[in-house]
Amino acid sequence: MKISPEQAAMVADLANLDLSPEELQRITHDLEEILTHMETLNRADTTGVEPMAQVLFDAAASPLLRADEPRPGIGVEGALSNAPLSGAGHFKVPKVIER
Amino acid sequence: MSAFPSGVASWTAGQIHAGLREKQISAAEIATAALAFAEAENPKTNAYLEFCGERAMAIARTVDRQLAAGTDPGPLAGIPVAVKDVIMTRGVRSSCGSRLLERFVPPYDATAVERLERAGALVLGKTNCDEFAMGSSNENSAFGPVRNPHDPERIPGGSSGGSAACVAQGTAVVSLGSDTGGSIRQPASFCGVVGVTPTYGRVSRYGLAAFASSLDHIGPFGRSVHDAALVLQAIAGRDEHDATSSAAPVPDYLAVLGQDVKGKRIGLPKEYFEGLPAETGDLIARGVETLKKLGCEIREISLPNTEYAVPCYYIIATAEASSNLARYDGVRYTIRARDASTLAAMYRNTRGQGFGDECKRRIMLGTYVLSHGYYDAYYVKAQRVRSLIVRDFAQAFEQVDAVVAPVSPSPAFKLGEKTGDPMEMYLSDIYTITGDLAGVPCMSIPCGNTPVGLPVGMQIFTRHFDEAGMFQLAAAFERSSAAAAP
Repeated sequence: MKISPEQAAMVADLANLDLSPEELQRITHDLEEILTHMETLNRADTTGVEPMAQVLFDAAASPLLRADEPRPGIGVEGALSNAPLSGAGHFKVPKVIER
Repeated sequence: MSAFPSGVASWTAGQIHAGLREKQISAAEIATAALAFAEAENPKTNAYLEFCGERAMAIARTVDRQLAAGTDPGPLAGIPVAVKDVIMTRGVRSSCGSRLLERFVPPYDATAVERLERAGALVLGKTNCDEFAMGSSNENSAFGPVRNPHDPERIPGGSSGGSAACVAQGTAVVSLGSDTGGSIRQPASFCGVVGVTPTYGRVSRYGLAAFASSLDHIGPFGRSVHDAALVLQAIAGRDEHDATSSAAPVPDYLAVLGQDVKGKRIGLPKEYFEGLPAETGDLIARGVETLKKLGCEIREISLPNTEYAVPCYYIIATAEASSNLARYDGVRYTIRARDASTLAAMYRNTRGQGFGDECKRRIMLGTYVLSHGYYDAYYVKAQRVRSLIVRDFAQAFEQVDAVVAPVSPSPAFKLGEKTGDPMEMYLSDIYTITGDLAGVPCMSIPCGNTPVGLPVGMQIFTRHFDEAGMFQLAAAFERSSAAAAP
């Protein structure tokens, strides 16, 4: 399995990862090796087999949903307590709209 | 206090109960002694990243008040416990072994932690682990590796390396870990302790930092089956904060521990024994002999899709991880790259600087297998194969009551031995990841040491929600091994 440098850069871009050229090269090499191993899966006969997103058990008799009523949460202060930058009850980020 | 055993390292839950009941020791004295011991011993292994003495003391005082008032302090009263750092503890740093969360202090408790403390447990601190639980050796922690208490030159296993090591070292009586692809059972095997991965949905994942949500489990470590079962009893059961947690009733695990296992049908999956090195294989074979002597009926079975488990797992787990880890973008979680003027650059730089090598590799792999043009070939194919693996177990459990197998092909390896080759590291997870993919309960139980003194665990799998049957078998095995020990 070969991954071109352009392809690798595109994946890093999709993943929002800033990688140094050395890192990108090393990871690309690892991915090639791992993806080659993953070709083993092609031998598995999955004709007529449904894909499974999650281990599913028999559905419960009644839905496992709680009543839809408001409850106290962690609050604005709790939610912002780990923010690198916040103010006026909000997370602050670099400017996204030019005026 | 004189009748109470002197070192935390040997305390059992039963001794603590008796000590408290007979007023030989108070919970506050236990907390003080356990913390002092754990802090003094920690440099030998680096198992703990953080201690939370005040928190442990607060619970201890509550337990002592309840005891004085004659009310029930709970089934885990006064028991020192350690919690893996990917499990949230309100007000106590929970770094997930990552630079990115070096200063992260959660504003809430994981349900499992809340239930432990409600049962009277004393949370001593947070344990080291591979970054975001991604790894098999604990070498991917941003805060240094953990050393195996049996040999400091060796890894404790991963990703719950710290949680296994502290129980083996005796700096906690029990602990919580998490298992997505063997991360409880493999370190339990390498450190010579009991490690339990319950049925998927048995324990709420609320407050567990998400790695691969369809595979993530919280489970206990202990120095005995009894102590691990006691912890699972306290944390299991439906939680409205986790929609995937099961409402299935939680039976009394302790009630079955003394029952004999005569006539139980045990399956040995032939695919797990092909090419198994003798170092491990001989010990497992002896373990199987013990089960036979206990009256179990042993037969060979087949889990024919085992060879696909590693590629299937590393596609599904990394795909889910690439999505789950997208949240660490510099907005909400403590660390933000300074040198970014646009939002996009801030995301990229924060993640590029914050994540370690293994996380980056898995995010890249997960993004690749989910990307346009590859999604069907990798991700959907892996999900179909997962159905086959689930079917393998379902068919096996039509013939047998439990499946017994090795945990890992080898005992604990040396620090640095496998870090250069990620694929080799992934392949060592072959026997454990099937349990996570199928969502069945499974555990590692010590079954002896290699000639050089390294522990090896034996794995037991049972049907969905049959943790009781698994504990019953493990407890009988444990009694029999203890009786046979020199």
